[in-house]
Amino acid sequence: MTTGERPLERIPIIRLGDFLLVAIQVEMHDRLAMVLEDDLTAAIVKQRAKGVLIDISAVEVIDSFTARMLSEIATISRLLAAQTVVVGMRPSVAITLVEMGLLLAGVQTALNIDLGMDLLRSAQAAAS
Amino acid sequence: MTGGTTRVIRSETMTVRLKDDIVLARQMVRARAMELGFGLTDQTRLVTAASELARNTVDHGGGGTMTIEEVSDGEREGLRIIFEDHGPGMADVARALQDGFSTMGGLGLGLGGARRLMDELQIESESDKGTRVTAVRWRGGRGKP
Repeated sequence: MTTGERPLERIPIIRLGDFLLVAIQVEMHDRLAMVLEDDLTAAIVKQRAKGVLIDISAVEVIDSFTARMLSEIATISRLLAAQTVVVGMRPSVAITLVEMGLLLAGVQTALNIDLGMDLLRSAQAAAS
Repeated sequence: MTGGTTRVIRSETMTVRLKDDIVLARQMVRARAMELGFGLTDQTRLVTAASELARNTVDHGGGGTMTIEEVSDGEREGLRIIFEDHGPGMADVARALQDGFSTMGGLGLGLGGARRLMDELQIESESDKGTRVTAVRWRGGRGKP
């Protein structure tokens, strides 16, 4: 770590039955995004999670780096047999992403955690 | 830069060298945009564009500065952000603005995306001398006073 950089924070990953919940409550920066990708990937395997909910309702800015991280997480978890739903995107963030041309391909979304959970549960029910 | 009539009301400069400076640059742009009365979506556009440009300065320019200026053209007020570095410069500015062009394995949407979020974006770059990106967003949106 370079001198002058902040100590590494971590975003907690909470287990809810077969699912994992990640609530991003801090300002997203590049290293944090990369740590989250690693931590979440490890947690999916360790917990044998079937789904991941990522709550971004507190996230004020998604730039191309964070957008790529979300797409990567969705793809990695799909390869690990877990489904990712990004919930709570702010309207201003959605507008900005579209204007930039960042379409978050392959990322499922829901308006809030409850609806995201419904989505995961119905996908589970359909699969079993 | 953006026409002879543009007047700078206030100007501040910060160093953009480390990854963490990207976050600080975003916070500074958000604070100024709020003070200037930009709406929430415009604040988000400005902060997101600043994040892309700051990352370019750190990753491609080897670090540099961000200058944030409150500007007026007599009819409207806006925020101008200028990123300057003394890095390798861009060999092909037009190509750097194209979507999908990346020399760092990113999505290649940073510069083009930032241009779409701002009302004006201008790049001056010279090989081995550095790059200056100047971007303006006027309060009240595109073309409106």
